Amino acid sequence: MTAPGGARDQILARIRAATGPEGSANGRVGPAEKVDEVYATLPRDYLSAHHDPASCDIADLFAERAADYRAVVERVSPAGLAAALARILAERRGRAARPLPFVIPDGLPAEWLAAVPAAVQLTSDTPPLSAAELDMMAGVVTGCAVAIAETGTIILEHGPGSLGQGRRALTLVPDFHLAVVLAAQVAADLPDGLARLNPARPHTLISGPSATSDIELIRVEGVHGPRELHVLLVTAETGAAP
Amino acid sequence: MTAQEASGTYHPGMPTYLGMPAFPAAAAAAVADSQLRANLAHATRTIRAKRAAAVAELADWEELRAAGKTIKDHTLANLDHYLLRLEENVIAAGGHVHWAQDATDANAIVAGLVRAAGTDRVVKVKSMATQEIGLNEALAAEGIAVLETDLAELIVQLGHDLPSHILVPAIHKNRAEIREIFLREMPDAPEGLTDDPRALAAAARAHLRQAFLSAKVGISGANFAIAETGSLVVVESEGNGRMCVTLPETLISVVGIEKVLPSWRDLEVFLALLPRSSTAERMNPYTSIWTGVMPGDGPEEFHLVLVDNGRTAALADRTGRQALRCIRCSACLNVCPVYERTGGHAYGSPYPGPIGAIISPQLRGVGSPADASLPFASTLCGACYQVCPVAINIPEALVHLRAKVVDAKREKIISPERTMFHVSGRVLASPRLLAAAQRGASLSGRLVARSGRIRRLPRPLSAWTDTRDAPAPPRESFRAWWARTRGTR
Repeated sequence: MTAPGGARDQILARIRAATGPEGSANGRVGPAEKVDEVYATLPRDYLSAHHDPASCDIADLFAERAADYRAVVERVSPAGLAAALARILAERRGRAARPLPFVIPDGLPAEWLAAVPAAVQLTSDTPPLSAAELDMMAGVVTGCAVAIAETGTIILEHGPGSLGQGRRALTLVPDFHLAVVLAAQVAADLPDGLARLNPARPHTLISGPSATSDIELIRVEGVHGPRELHVLLVTAETGAAP
Repeated sequence: MTAQEASGTYHPGMPTYLGMPAFPAAAAAAVADSQLRANLAHATRTIRAKRAAAVAELADWEELRAAGKTIKDHTLANLDHYLLRLEENVIAAGGHVHWAQDATDANAIVAGLVRAAGTDRVVKVKSMATQEIGLNEALAAEGIAVLETDLAELIVQLGHDLPSHILVPAIHKNRAEIREIFLREMPDAPEGLTDDPRALAAAARAHLRQAFLSAKVGISGANFAIAETGSLVVVESEGNGRMCVTLPETLISVVGIEKVLPSWRDLEVFLALLPRSSTAERMNPYTSIWTGVMPGDGPEEFHLVLVDNGRTAALADRTGRQALRCIRCSACLNVCPVYERTGGHAYGSPYPGPIGAIISPQLRGVGSPADASLPFASTLCGACYQVCPVAINIPEALVHLRAKVVDAKREKIISPERTMFHVSGRVLASPRLLAAAQRGASLSGRLVARSGRIRRLPRPLSAWTDTRDAPAPPRESFRAWWARTRGTR
């Protein structure tokens, strides 16, 4: 791979030949520090947010935009969260032909689950469940790291110690995903939202349930990822559900 | 090291679709297929209106577009710097980095990695780079079975067909045709399968489920690779991408060297530009971002294969280079009047449409008749440039490449076309010759015209009238009229 004169050296040599001498008109800059300096001055005249949090309720905007992609969005107060969560899981258990457990990632706050009735079975992911076992789960309950109001997106930050978001497979294999989003986690737009993340960790950006536009470019919800996404948006005062 | 590397020779490779004729012949056949035209017109009309609405929602679209262009241009001009930084950070995060000069190199590297993982079955998420290098065919020749997991790619694979669109490779098939392919080729297709897109998607889900859960190796491309952090980004809709980059023990990502972005922050620009341009969504359903390996979450082994395959040749062309800014959104296909009528197969390349007409001849060279014909597969109307999220001036690049094609032929033969243009140059430079020519054209034009149109000229001029007609020249040219009347009439 890194043998002298190997593919790596040859590709780099061709790039240098193609981009010309340093400081030339086509933009090749030269030494590394200089490249970073020039990069920092590239014009970014776009808006840092398309809705101003000062004049617009971005929690409302998030709820509206997530619902646009057929996520079910419910607004609850902090005091009402546990009851709402318990109701949703109990309803799904009641509808299932064969009651299956819900997987609960490590670090999900215990008080969120305080009202879940005993009939609803919860399973921990420690030790880790196999993919086949995950396929036998009724669903998964998670928190999130950040939500983006403008696009109706929930961002999960995975890896050890991630608070209640689990490893990536947890929100992928089961067919139902219940995500709890706190008002403080809602960023107005991508620039603020992405800046809140730790790039060293794996991330999943989720905008509605899985979907495809592959047949006649018509959007259809429900392919390989969870076919249903339910969002509990926790805000101080409960507004009417959109 | 392969023999090619050792000898220092360099042969970029991208398969031309087997037996593909030059664009005019392929297009003529495609245009005659009324079902194909109906499918394409329906799909492209739908997405055009939606894209326009998704873009109109952002007041600063032009600024985002300018930022996207500027970031890409800066990255391309300093590509060696950013690739080395990417390599360093992928390795620091526990990944492996391989460099491939061409398709043969890249395919050999991937085949070796799959064998080392002890399997002969892989699941794969749609990627243009792997289409370009013909990875599936190369792996099949090594006895490795590749399962395409994107719905449209699955349709194409099951239908023994070829992709015809960057985003929606099966755009040329309608729901009824897809249902038939599933019933014919999918042993576990449910009885009584209808042509409801929902039912078809559910059938694909059931068909692929077990393969996802048991796969040892996943293969992906990447939409973006972040030099600053070593992160890779896969943008998708169905969740098959998440399956492929998360569940297998080994993940191999095959990525063109132009996919690198300097820093994490750049995602705020490209994640705004890409979904709105491609599927007309504010955001696509799923985006996966990973950095090397994360113990206890996802693959234990990660390999990044960086592919040149002609990109450095395009980089050396100051005008053609802008094609490397492409983020594969396919907006230019959906607005192109030529693509809408011919479909993707006529372009004879995994990259169809306006962007394909400037990428394929640069990656493969203009040596073959098919590639030499591609820069001419356009009316130069400019709709592609207008919608391109990274402002690639496709008409400019097309004209530039046309000149290259002509230059490449200049040495070889005296063509009637060249002779014509040579004569035209002389005539247009001389007022006396021009007046004589206009008189001649007026007479002879009216002789061959029918109902005021010239539809067919004798050889060699028939090369022109085979695909075009022209109005008959007027009885008198403007210059002749002016000389006679001085405009007093």
